[in-house]
Amino acid sequence: MADDVTEPKIRIRNLYKIFGEDPAAALAQVQAGASKAELLETSNHVLGLRDINLDIPAHGLQVIMGLSGSGKSTLIRHFNRLIDPTAGEILVDGEDVMAMNDTALRDLRRFKMSMVFQKFGLLPHRTVQQNVEYGVHIQGLSDDEAQRRAARWIDRVGLAGFEQHYPGQLSGGMQQRVGLARALATDADILLMDEAFSALDPLIRTDMQTVLLDLQAELQKTIVFITHDLDEALRIGDSIAILRDGEVVQAGDPQAIIMDPADAYITDFIKDINRAKVIRIRSIMVPGPGGGQGAPVRTSQTIEEILGVLHDSPDGVCPVIDKAGKTVGTISMNAVIGALESRKTAEVARYS
Amino acid sequence: MDFLTEFPSLGRRDLSALRQAIDGAFRNFTRAYGEGIEAFFDPLLRFMIWFERLLIHAPWPVVIAVLAGLAWLGSRSWKITAGTVAAFLAIGWLGMWENTMSTLAIISVATFLCIAIGIPIGILMARYNRAQTLITPVLDVMQTIPSFVYLIPVVMLLGIGKVPGLLAVCIYALPPIVRLTNLGIRLVDTEVLEAATAFGASTREKLWGVQIPLALPNIFAGVNQTIMMALSMVVIASMIGVQGLGVPVLRAISNQYLALGLMNGLAIVALAIIFDRVSQTYGKRLQSYKDQGHG
Repeated sequence: MADDVTEPKIRIRNLYKIFGEDPAAALAQVQAGASKAELLETSNHVLGLRDINLDIPAHGLQVIMGLSGSGKSTLIRHFNRLIDPTAGEILVDGEDVMAMNDTALRDLRRFKMSMVFQKFGLLPHRTVQQNVEYGVHIQGLSDDEAQRRAARWIDRVGLAGFEQHYPGQLSGGMQQRVGLARALATDADILLMDEAFSALDPLIRTDMQTVLLDLQAELQKTIVFITHDLDEALRIGDSIAILRDGEVVQAGDPQAIIMDPADAYITDFIKDINRAKVIRIRSIMVPGPGGGQGAPVRTSQTIEEILGVLHDSPDGVCPVIDKAGKTVGTISMNAVIGALESRKTAEVARYS
Repeated sequence: MDFLTEFPSLGRRDLSALRQAIDGAFRNFTRAYGEGIEAFFDPLLRFMIWFERLLIHAPWPVVIAVLAGLAWLGSRSWKITAGTVAAFLAIGWLGMWENTMSTLAIISVATFLCIAIGIPIGILMARYNRAQTLITPVLDVMQTIPSFVYLIPVVMLLGIGKVPGLLAVCIYALPPIVRLTNLGIRLVDTEVLEAATAFGASTREKLWGVQIPLALPNIFAGVNQTIMMALSMVVIASMIGVQGLGVPVLRAISNQYLALGLMNGLAIVALAIIFDRVSQTYGKRLQSYKDQGHG
């Protein structure tokens, strides 16, 4: 998959969205540097998104995170053009989505992208089976094929036996499983998930995250996942983009965001997370030939997982090995304490 | 001072000239196109005569059996079906069978016509805001203008008989089905509709697969209202030559026959209640998927 590195699955370039009567005029104002508040004040337009640039690689799970009003749900609706941008480019597999006519756009939605919604968006007058078949029918495939696929995905998301139930008879978690099965049944390689688990109870939410991660390990789709929940973002995201007032404040590896927050907003955002559970050894180790008297730990482990081992090491240092078992550096008790403490000490830890 | 105490009106002579001009223009229109319009409605007239004769001349047990069957299909309720049979037996026993059949015929045709015209208009209004702004005031006029006012041009144009009666009934009974179709489609959950769009459904697929099915309960409430309003026009329609329960009611009014008026009036009420209960329970069954609890 070497070509995926050079060619992102979805590429967003200089995307702007302004809501109001005359977005084009307001766009000039925004590009000249007007802030969201100024724009609202002077011309009564709402700035939805400002200069979004995002490359989403194939087979990855990209999380877009932000609080309500940050523009995350607006952004995801641009990917399949449920919302049209005021300016900017959207490329999917190198194809310009903005240049598509109605037919091409419908085909994009039918075959390339499917979507899961916060409030499920199921058809209340159709059974679970019929709901899951929906996208396949829209694709124009035969009833047999639709039934076959629906049966497979209903089973896969753990709803076997509920085929003939109506959505109103199911709990929220089960309804979202239907939503997920419906999206997967179309065999699209891009999955858009708009706060898909936000309406669910915490326990069910964790449950659904596990379902999603298991499916993703097997299916290797390109997933764009919108959430306002940092724990969720850190748990499932291969990459996270944090949105605030319609702008991307920081994007990249979740570890980098925790270890090196771009500004006070993000620092504030991540201050309540349990760092021991999230920070991985690779983010805080000192690269090198190895050393230390403790037992080796792995790069992918979290601080919490290695605390015991590290504590048992006579000199407070353990060698770090990678997936292949090769020693790639060391981790010290000082580095761990530094990483747990705050963002600044992370730098200190690197050189200790 | 005159200006303040007397309204600056057009003046008697000008006003009567204006009215004569309008009357004359419409009369000319009638002379020129009346026959053409009558010819246009001829197939409808033939159908109505055929249908009325069918109901009147068919053996009464067969008619009652068919009506009971329809009531059962609609409501799936023994109570409503039994009530229907009892009501029609009473109507026949009290000598109102023929008039009731005539009324039933015109109401059925009027309802069918209103559905056939009203639902497409409602869909159009839901689709285009512009259509809604244009059509809503027309519906307001249709519902509030005194029926006698539009009876005049209808009678001038088509004379007295079944077709003008049918038109009068339809003008009055059409608005609810249009309004409720429009409302029903507009009330469809936007997220469900967005989901359909996100999966690539075309406008037509969204209309037939999502909007209409989810609007059906409202559309059905519209059908119910349309039937009720058509029934309420029976007496007025009888003034322009429509046979049915309205005729004896009209005679009762002019001759002060209390019992005659009451019996025929109650027969109309009985028809109304039967139509209402059957169509309402049917509408409820349409949305049975809502009533089932968590399984």
